[in-house]
Amino acid sequence: MIRPFLAVLVRDLRLAGRIGGSGALSLVFFLMIVVLVPFALGPDLNLLSRIGPAILWLAAVLATLIGLDRLFQADEEDGSLDLLTGAPAPLELVVLAKVLAHWLTTGLPLALAAPLFGLLVALSPAAMAGTSLTLLVGTPALTFIGAVGAALTASIRRGGLILAVVVLPLMIPTLIFGVSAADAATGGTVPLATPLLILGALSLVAGVVGTLGAAAALRWSE
Amino acid sequence: MRLIAEGLACRRSGRRIFAGLSFALGPGEALVVTGRNGAGKSSLLAILAGRLAPEAGTLRAEEVGERTIPECLHGVGHRDGLKGALTADENLTFARDLLGAATLAPREALARLGLAHAAGLPVAYLSAGQRRRVALARLLVCRRPLWLLDEPTAALDAASQALLAGLMREHLREGGLVIAATHQALGLEEARTLAIEDFRPTGPARHDPFSETPAEAAR
Repeated sequence: MIRPFLAVLVRDLRLAGRIGGSGALSLVFFLMIVVLVPFALGPDLNLLSRIGPAILWLAAVLATLIGLDRLFQADEEDGSLDLLTGAPAPLELVVLAKVLAHWLTTGLPLALAAPLFGLLVALSPAAMAGTSLTLLVGTPALTFIGAVGAALTASIRRGGLILAVVVLPLMIPTLIFGVSAADAATGGTVPLATPLLILGALSLVAGVVGTLGAAAALRWSE
Repeated sequence: MRLIAEGLACRRSGRRIFAGLSFALGPGEALVVTGRNGAGKSSLLAILAGRLAPEAGTLRAEEVGERTIPECLHGVGHRDGLKGALTADENLTFARDLLGAATLAPREALARLGLAHAAGLPVAYLSAGQRRRVALARLLVCRRPLWLLDEPTAALDAASQALLAGLMREHLREGGLVIAATHQALGLEEARTLAIEDFRPTGPARHDPFSETPAEAAR
């Protein structure tokens, strides 16, 4: 049962590396938003460093949506999905492998690039570390929530916009606790552990519900 | 493996496609599904593959142990299930790891289909016929008793069609099952034929405005 899981994981990582596509693109999109904000707000360093973690989190939420619409749609179009459903493993396991590969190529680079991009919004070193840590813990929740929307819109042409509309409201709790944990890292009334643990719980719950939901949506759409 | 279908009916977008299809297929037997365009050949294959729920009727497999029907079959259809960015070799290695029960190595399977020279090329560079042959090579990299082929000869040249006929005969000799939907002769002399267009529903069907003739509707 672990063999089909690894086969899908390796294939999707290899495809992401070969095509380049969504991983690099969402990182560039992330950079674009972070660059645009100082232009819009003006060079007020105090203001920027105060709202910096929130900007990075918003940019990460939007960047997660890039490429998410192709997560299952590409397999649906070329018939690979029929192959995946015939594997001697539950569809949930196949979905988990695909979402994990997607997170490794989009969510993880976002979290790793956050300290660098934090320079653009005048973050202190503590805030950079805090934002990066919360993105590392929180982006799996974003990807798994998005996977349900991706599965629902897999057979819809130009489903990307519908996906964003369906999925963004569900990402609000993750955004709230992500930003509050990043703020708590630089001092504040709440200790860091409280929002960070809730954020971790959100990711774990999304991992279970998102996997089951996406697999159910794929079965239903057939 | 034995595959038994009883009274299968299919309805898509509210329209009755076919009803009352029954057949039983045992080891070493082939079934050729024929019918005009839109008769429901691909829909029947989708039902057999478990991608589409039949409106009525039952489908069951015997002598397969705990495996479900989708785990017992290979499907090759219009959409070939290949990733253009990966090489033919990588596509087949993936299929073998995913589906299990590996038999031939990917390069040997490609050589059987006359594509040994293309093993290292990305599938996107191959022609339609070559892509179809890579998809057919999937039949050889792991063992599954039932082959579901939807227009398997599409885009294939005469030599490749003869090669495919040889592969199917070999599979049947080893006790496999083949169900193919096609317009062309496949070179399987012993195959039975299931013609969907000759079918007329028997017995009282439930009210269906699309299948009524004007005379029936007037009554």
